[in-house]
Amino acid sequence: MQRSFIAKNPSVLVFLAILALFTLLVTVMSEGFGVGGISTSFIKTLGKTLCLCLIALAMDVIWGYTGILSLGHFAFFGLGGYMIGMWLMYERTRLIVVDSLAQAEIPPTDGEVIDAVGNQIFGVVGSSEFPLIWAFADSLVIQLILVVFVPGILALVFGWLAFRSRVTGVYLSILTQAMTLALALYLFQNDSGLRGNNGLSGLQNLPGVTASQDYVSLWFFWASAAALGGGYVLCAWLVSGKFGSVLRAIRDNEARVRFLGYSVEMYKLVIFTLTACIAAVAGALYYPQAGIINPAEIAPIASIYLAVWVAIGGRGRLYGAIIGAAFVSLLSTWFTGGQAPDINLGFYTVKWVDWWLVLLGLSFVLVTLFAPKGIGGLIDLYTERRSPSRHGADLGPDDGALREQEASQ
Amino acid sequence: MNTLLEVSGVSVTFDGFRAINNLSFQIAEAEMRAVIGPNGAGKTTFMDIVTGKTRPDEGRVIWGESSMNLLRMNEAKIAQAGIGRKFQKPTVFEDQSVQENLLMALKNNRGWLAVLRYRPTKVDLAKVDDLAEQIGLKDQLGRKSGELSHGQKQWLEIGMLLAQEPRLLLVDEPAAGMTPSEREHTTDILVEAAKTRAVVVVEHDMEFVRRLNCKVTVLHEGAVLAEGSLDHVTSDQNVIDVYLER
Repeated sequence: MQRSFIAKNPSVLVFLAILALFTLLVTVMSEGFGVGGISTSFIKTLGKTLCLCLIALAMDVIWGYTGILSLGHFAFFGLGGYMIGMWLMYERTRLIVVDSLAQAEIPPTDGEVIDAVGNQIFGVVGSSEFPLIWAFADSLVIQLILVVFVPGILALVFGWLAFRSRVTGVYLSILTQAMTLALALYLFQNDSGLRGNNGLSGLQNLPGVTASQDYVSLWFFWASAAALGGGYVLCAWLVSGKFGSVLRAIRDNEARVRFLGYSVEMYKLVIFTLTACIAAVAGALYYPQAGIINPAEIAPIASIYLAVWVAIGGRGRLYGAIIGAAFVSLLSTWFTGGQAPDINLGFYTVKWVDWWLVLLGLSFVLVTLFAPKGIGGLIDLYTERRSPSRHGADLGPDDGALREQEASQ
Repeated sequence: MNTLLEVSGVSVTFDGFRAINNLSFQIAEAEMRAVIGPNGAGKTTFMDIVTGKTRPDEGRVIWGESSMNLLRMNEAKIAQAGIGRKFQKPTVFEDQSVQENLLMALKNNRGWLAVLRYRPTKVDLAKVDDLAEQIGLKDQLGRKSGELSHGQKQWLEIGMLLAQEPRLLLVDEPAAGMTPSEREHTTDILVEAAKTRAVVVVEHDMEFVRRLNCKVTVLHEGAVLAEGSLDHVTSDQNVIDVYLER
């Protein structure tokens, strides 16, 4: 009965192999290190997609395995991006300022440099003072710690308040939406200290690095691939042992778990915070590739997309989340990038830039209604995983419980 | 014998309906007790109060030799203190195998860090095998519990209850949906369990209660109507009036 971790999770090896192969292929085809079949901007798109896959993993653990439909995980993703963005922007601006002041006859003092940096960064919101939250922006190490720490603390405090009051189901989803909306609205203000709706920009340039973007984009691509690989192993480990057993039990019937003596609130809090940290790491890798972050990134709709990806990919299986995020976000890039050919119906021309969202919404509804397994269900044809026959009964009384078709025999 | 659980003067009202009315109840450390009563007598509410699901408006619930106040504790803490409950409708985790269900119930550290680091030991697996043997699911360990028959789910839940090694078992209609031979087996397990711990069985079936051969408490309108041997309570005029004659 006792099997090793890999034997219980055959998808881990398969996934890591595919990811390694994909990374190798992209590297070989890149302009920086390879023959040059893939443009640098597309490598950035692929790298960003890997980060989106990582946050989709986190979403699958919190929703697909624990049954908490959080519609706020993009807030943690964005906060992670802001934390690394602060260092990138500060350090790069400082180097530019030092460079230009070096031309002056009198060498500048440290205070003058900092004032000039502040002027450069905050001039756009009519200020030149560094707000308190930038206190550690000059230290890469501290900002890297804050990448995990700040979203982690937010998740911990929010989760503690919400789970302790036993808010569940749709009410919790609304609460998470309110949290991400409140955060976005706060960051939109000019005096929030993070440059209001301008956000942080120029993040694609690594301070002190003179290599071209052809190389930098690949470094980030590799880092994203490594993070995704590590994230997959971590999530597979989390959901496979007894801990995973308790999580799935909470998803299907949390009241029963309480009577077994497990503190459901504590488990929810732990997994909520942990997935928030994973989301934050994904965000910290995503935004240097995007080059810019602004409060619109953490608008409530972003977190809803996240749920749509996981649903379309197939909830409750880790590879489903990855497939969903990669497939939908790449398709979305294709449609909204104007590359999809318009369809001329004679009386009306379907422009995909406008109609893509309608198509996405429609496929979400159709998948939910007719193919609850999502795209991940196609893999069942190969692995011969079958759904139980339960005459339509869910696997537990809770809102997040698996539906008949989502389960396996 | 020492009193294990003492419920005194407990009342609870739902929207003006008095589900429990000044109820007092005691059970000793190794005692079997059957609780009977017509629908709406407050049997399930009584269990809800003891397990922490429902907070009473007044009264006291005291547990164990150190006299812990259960009303101050949440469900998980109460379960950890040693009160196990079996529900009327079998509730097992249907998406998980029989073994996973039993391992989750097995008495161990319930903290998240301990659970995260947990690897099933040989001792634990042997305990699970023993329990599975006892409840007749030895061959089904790897099966998803959702595929089990109704009777087997009842068994599994009894197995999970025993795996918790509670000092008090609250069992709600254990024999519902079982065949006569399964009922007999259930009786044996409960009687065996009551040798080392307290067992409270809520049951409608008089034949089943008779086989348990224990003290009986009759509830009516949220209060104790009569208490004693089955023969004693069935000959009580009040009991006959409100329950047996209906």
